[in-house]
Amino acid sequence: MEFFHSVTLDKEKCKGCINCIKRCPTEAIRVRNKKAFIIPERCIDCGECIRVCPHHAKKATCDPLDVISQYEYAIALPAPALYGQFNNMDDIDILLRALIDFGFNEVYEVAKAAELVSAATRKMMREGNLKRPVISSACPAVTRLIRVRFPNLIEHVLPLNAPVELAARLSKEAAHKKTGIPMERIGAIFISPCAAKVTASKMPLGTEKSEVSAVVSINDIYPRLLSLMHLPDSEQDSLVQSGKIGVAWGTSSGEAAGLLNDSYLAADGIENVIRVLDDLEDERLNNLEFIELNACSGGCVGGVLTVENPYIAKAKLKRIVKYMPVSMNHIDHVPKEAVWDSNLEYAPVLTLDTDMHKALEKMSELEAIEADLPGLDCGSCGAPSCRALAEDVVRGAASPDDCIFKYKESIESLIRDIHRIEASIPPPFRTGEDEDASQ
Amino acid sequence: MNDALHLHYFVDGDDFTRAGEASANVKKTLRQIGVSPDAIRRVAIVLYEGEINMVIHANGGVIDVDIAPDQITMVLKDTGKGIADIELAMKEGYSTAPEEVRSLGFGAGMGLSNMKKYSDEMKIESTVNVGTTVTMKVNLS
Ligand SMILES: Nc1ncnc2c1ncn2[C@@H]1O[C@H](COP(=O)(O)OP(=O)(O)OP(=O)(O)O)[C@@H](O)[C@H]1O
Ligand code: SF4
Ligand SMILES: [Mg+2]
Repeated sequence: MEFFHSVTLDKEKCKGCINCIKRCPTEAIRVRNKKAFIIPERCIDCGECIRVCPHHAKKATCDPLDVISQYEYAIALPAPALYGQFNNMDDIDILLRALIDFGFNEVYEVAKAAELVSAATRKMMREGNLKRPVISSACPAVTRLIRVRFPNLIEHVLPLNAPVELAARLSKEAAHKKTGIPMERIGAIFISPCAAKVTASKMPLGTEKSEVSAVVSINDIYPRLLSLMHLPDSEQDSLVQSGKIGVAWGTSSGEAAGLLNDSYLAADGIENVIRVLDDLEDERLNNLEFIELNACSGGCVGGVLTVENPYIAKAKLKRIVKYMPVSMNHIDHVPKEAVWDSNLEYAPVLTLDTDMHKALEKMSELEAIEADLPGLDCGSCGAPSCRALAEDVVRGAASPDDCIFKYKESIESLIRDIHRIEASIPPPFRTGEDEDASQ
Repeated sequence: MNDALHLHYFVDGDDFTRAGEASANVKKTLRQIGVSPDAIRRVAIVLYEGEINMVIHANGGVIDVDIAPDQITMVLKDTGKGIADIELAMKEGYSTAPEEVRSLGFGAGMGLSNMKKYSDEMKIESTVNVGTTVTMKVNLS
């Protein structure tokens, strides 16, 4: 299977240190030949390695800003997190107008589609055939994590497309109707806070094909927008089509708040997300209706492609939405464009073998190898922990001697052997033992 | 006063997601009329707080807005549970808002005090189990 990942390595900059292998939540990185290497089937594009790499060798691949010129009609899909990046911006119209001035033909707020997803979720939860607690599917890094690591929880995942996908579908369709321009020449361009969304547009989960045409990053467009921002003329109609609920999706607990149901839990930051999923898998969380999980601290405002500190961005968003209507989008049906058309399937990339018996054998082997390793988890072998090295050995991708302590032990035993062999030279080759021989 | 413009809104108490729409509409209209930005801001704030209160604490109601060249008068009338102790309700931080709206930022108990602060005149008439009428004025000159 071909994999696309937005998170990639800049080999030139990589020093082969072990910062990233230690932080990766799916243990997807190894150091080989003095460079980091990302195991594609394990990577969930959460961006942790981008955050932690001191050499800036990990990067998120996005489309360049001039991608908009490839389309006859370009629609900007700004993420709600974008609204929290600017100082003293009380009026969202200032930002939306700047996007038009930048060159987009139209703006369709992802926050608008988020309100539709909120309404659809409320309806589906009311009508009740969703397995509780329902787990949000909006953060693609989390959905990918569940897919590789928490197969028991797959059936809890909300089977709805993320707001950006719905925004792309609805806006392209409407633009096509309005202008008559063929769909393929209409571009729906997401202004993204993260790498995971780039990957989701190229290799979506829950749907066969994404309608998001291209993804540009918030930090690329940010300086360009700054110079285009000014107070809109009072005669101009407002372009804002979302309210509190939609914009709040940019921060942790925003999606949950939009369900108007207080039995929810919202966790942010990949470590916390994993802890919650572990607890949920072990049935330690009861009586919850909804679980919102964001891989980034603070929610999407904490995405690796944002500019502002996530907590400051959160405060700014709170201020922006203060006097906004609760929601500007109301539907009483679940739009078909919002619903997944393919199932989320378990990707057993972390299991030792697809055959249970073989997996069991490998597991005992793994335990034995691990018991023999020093347990220092130092990372010098290029694997994140002793256990990970043992796992790599069992998978045939490494040798116990990759452990520097094991290597040292081997050398030492080799040296002992040499001494021993040297000490036991057969009589014909011995020297300086003449007297003994004459006795 | 005969060149006053009158706006009337029905506020649905059953659909919380529509709360705040009436004030958004008034704000839009005031912009088109060319009312000063400061007055628009004050009207938008006090009307928003009043409208949200009608939805959260009463079961919706009606809003009447009179726009005269010198003054904007807003009357928010509901037939909800009423406010037993108005003085207590006016205190900053006092709130009986339910949990499920708190995560959207409501329930700080600041609404009534902001309405008082940003309007030039405010009057609350309320009878328990009959309803509440809030009248606010913002001067334009
Ligand atoms: N129209 C109303 N009908 C009945 N009770 C009301 C009404 N308006 C306000 N109250 C009562 O007065 C209290 C204080 O109102 P206030 O607007 O100051 O705070 P809040 O609505 O609870 O929180 P916030 O406005 O900060 O979101 C409310 O919690 C409620 O008990
Ligand atoms: S929390 Fe938001 S910004 Fe972070 S990875 Fe998930 S979708 Fe992207
Ligand atoms: Mg209030």
